[in-house]
Amino acid sequence: MTAAANAKQRTARAKKIRQFVTPEGVDLELRIASAGLRFGALLVDLILIVLALFLFSLLMLWMGLASQSDVTVVVWMLGAFVLRTFWFIGFELGSRAATPGKRLMGIRVVARDGGRLTADAVVARNLIRELEIFLPLMMLGVGASEDMVSGWTMLAGVLWSLTLSLFLLFNRDRMRMGDLIAGTWVVMAQRAKLDADIAVDAAGDAMAFTEAELAVYGIFELQELERVLRGRDPRAMREVADAIRAKIGRPVAEEDDVFLFSYYRQLKARLERKLLFGKRREDKYASD
Amino acid sequence: MIPPAAAARAVEAPSFSTSRFRAEREADWIAFDLLLTKLEKKGAKALTSDELLQLPLLYRATLSSLSIARATSLDKALLDHLEALSIRGYFLVYGVRESRWNRLRRFFLYDWPAAVRSVWKETLIIALVILLGALTSYSLVSSNPEWYFNFVDEEMSGGRDPRATAEFLQTTLGHGKAAAGKGESGLHVFATYLFTHNSQVSILSFALGFAFGVPTMMLEYYQGIGLGAMIAVFSAKGLGFDFGGWLFIHGTTELFAAALSGAAGLRIGTAVVFPGARGRLQAASDAGRTAGKVMVGVILMLFAAGLLEGFGRQLITDTMLRYAIGSLMLLFWIAYYYIPRREDVT
Repeated sequence: MTAAANAKQRTARAKKIRQFVTPEGVDLELRIASAGLRFGALLVDLILIVLALFLFSLLMLWMGLASQSDVTVVVWMLGAFVLRTFWFIGFELGSRAATPGKRLMGIRVVARDGGRLTADAVVARNLIRELEIFLPLMMLGVGASEDMVSGWTMLAGVLWSLTLSLFLLFNRDRMRMGDLIAGTWVVMAQRAKLDADIAVDAAGDAMAFTEAELAVYGIFELQELERVLRGRDPRAMREVADAIRAKIGRPVAEEDDVFLFSYYRQLKARLERKLLFGKRREDKYASD
Repeated sequence: MIPPAAAARAVEAPSFSTSRFRAEREADWIAFDLLLTKLEKKGAKALTSDELLQLPLLYRATLSSLSIARATSLDKALLDHLEALSIRGYFLVYGVRESRWNRLRRFFLYDWPAAVRSVWKETLIIALVILLGALTSYSLVSSNPEWYFNFVDEEMSGGRDPRATAEFLQTTLGHGKAAAGKGESGLHVFATYLFTHNSQVSILSFALGFAFGVPTMMLEYYQGIGLGAMIAVFSAKGLGFDFGGWLFIHGTTELFAAALSGAAGLRIGTAVVFPGARGRLQAASDAGRTAGKVMVGVILMLFAAGLLEGFGRQLITDTMLRYAIGSLMLLFWIAYYYIPRREDVT
């Protein structure tokens, strides 16, 4: 990890953040969901739809055999249509604006202008999905069924339709064709549990460090240390403790967790104090 | 090793400490979190009036905590939690909409007709495109029946082509005894099939709109071509009037819906090409929302058309009655869409 790599990571993260100011004047800093998460959510949803359809078909088959009437065929066809067309619309109209796949990935749909997500926007973005998913498949199907269409023509058709489907890869905001038309975004919305405040841990005051010993690290390292402390994996803690000891030139004298908690607490207090004076030291490469 | 004075200075906590900040405000965040969970799970009705009053207070308290934490705290877990909680809260507090019933009522009374009214130009254009398609194929097939096979798929036509006899064509219109006998049992299956199939086609013709509306127009033109070719075949055998009735009973609803879905697609296409004073993205999303409303209406219309086609057409064989029902449906749709309302919110 070098200074350049750190800075690059930070700008990459900043690129995903969109300003989203609430009426109270607080910027919520929404993060655009990555294409991978979107694809994962779609995959989960498709699997769930197929699964639901399969169970529904079994039920209808059983009822059809039992009742000897073709009403079940009608129910099955209508059910399949509703499932396919309204799965996404129905879930996204809910209060969490996310299908089960999206919930699992921790993402949700948001109106781009910051207003409320309206039903017509949800309908528009999901009817376009029909095209994005099925056009490439249709192109394949047409190409395969008609002999006169050469392989190259088919390939051209599939590629053309794929550029529509993969539209979200070609813009910064990761908007699908449907998002573009409905005026929506898909942003991160994972939950984060309120973890205990480890800075007030009892072990925090066991040791004292000098200014010079604390001056070696910045915010990035502090938050990495926090991650390790919250993880409570003894092996990782040992490694980190050894690295810090080597850096500040302390002998191995205390338990790892005692050492790390004290160091974390005092480093955090120091950096936060600087923060109050408007000095934000991003990482150890930045000047103190 | 460490000078005692320096050590004491480093440990000494500043008078404002983020731990103290957290300890003071934590209760609010937990209460807000619980309230949001309840709201998400059981809806606004489950909240007592006390809790409803608390909601905006806790929301603002959380937002204010987020601002302070961002400026003072380096505790990543705390920042992440506050950020997630604020985002969740914002969308629940500001996203609370009218009740489902109210929304449904407004959609049927105002939004749907208003959306359809606002795409009247596009509807007219698509209707002309369908008509043009029908006229093209009609004149071509009338002058030379061989053209028919270029327009209509062998499998689709089911023997309804220029080589067929007038008697056979008559049976396909549901007049002869043979047709009435075999159709009876599968009517609802047929109707359902028609509905789902037509809906998929309409959704596609809408969705293709963003490619500047060209594929939409081609699709609609193609629909017109099939129609015109069929009419030519039947009228050549002197069955034009009967075929008209067979088509009219559901066709007014179905073709109207087809025209509207095309119009919705075209609206998006034109918005992308000619955004006017707005930005292109803004224009596209405005058009998309109008078109979305129109499309929900189109699916409902197609459902009605499927019922008319599957049941009405097979059970009612009198041509005049078919015309009457078809005209009535057309009048109904036109009145529903185009008669202005008093409380008109577009």
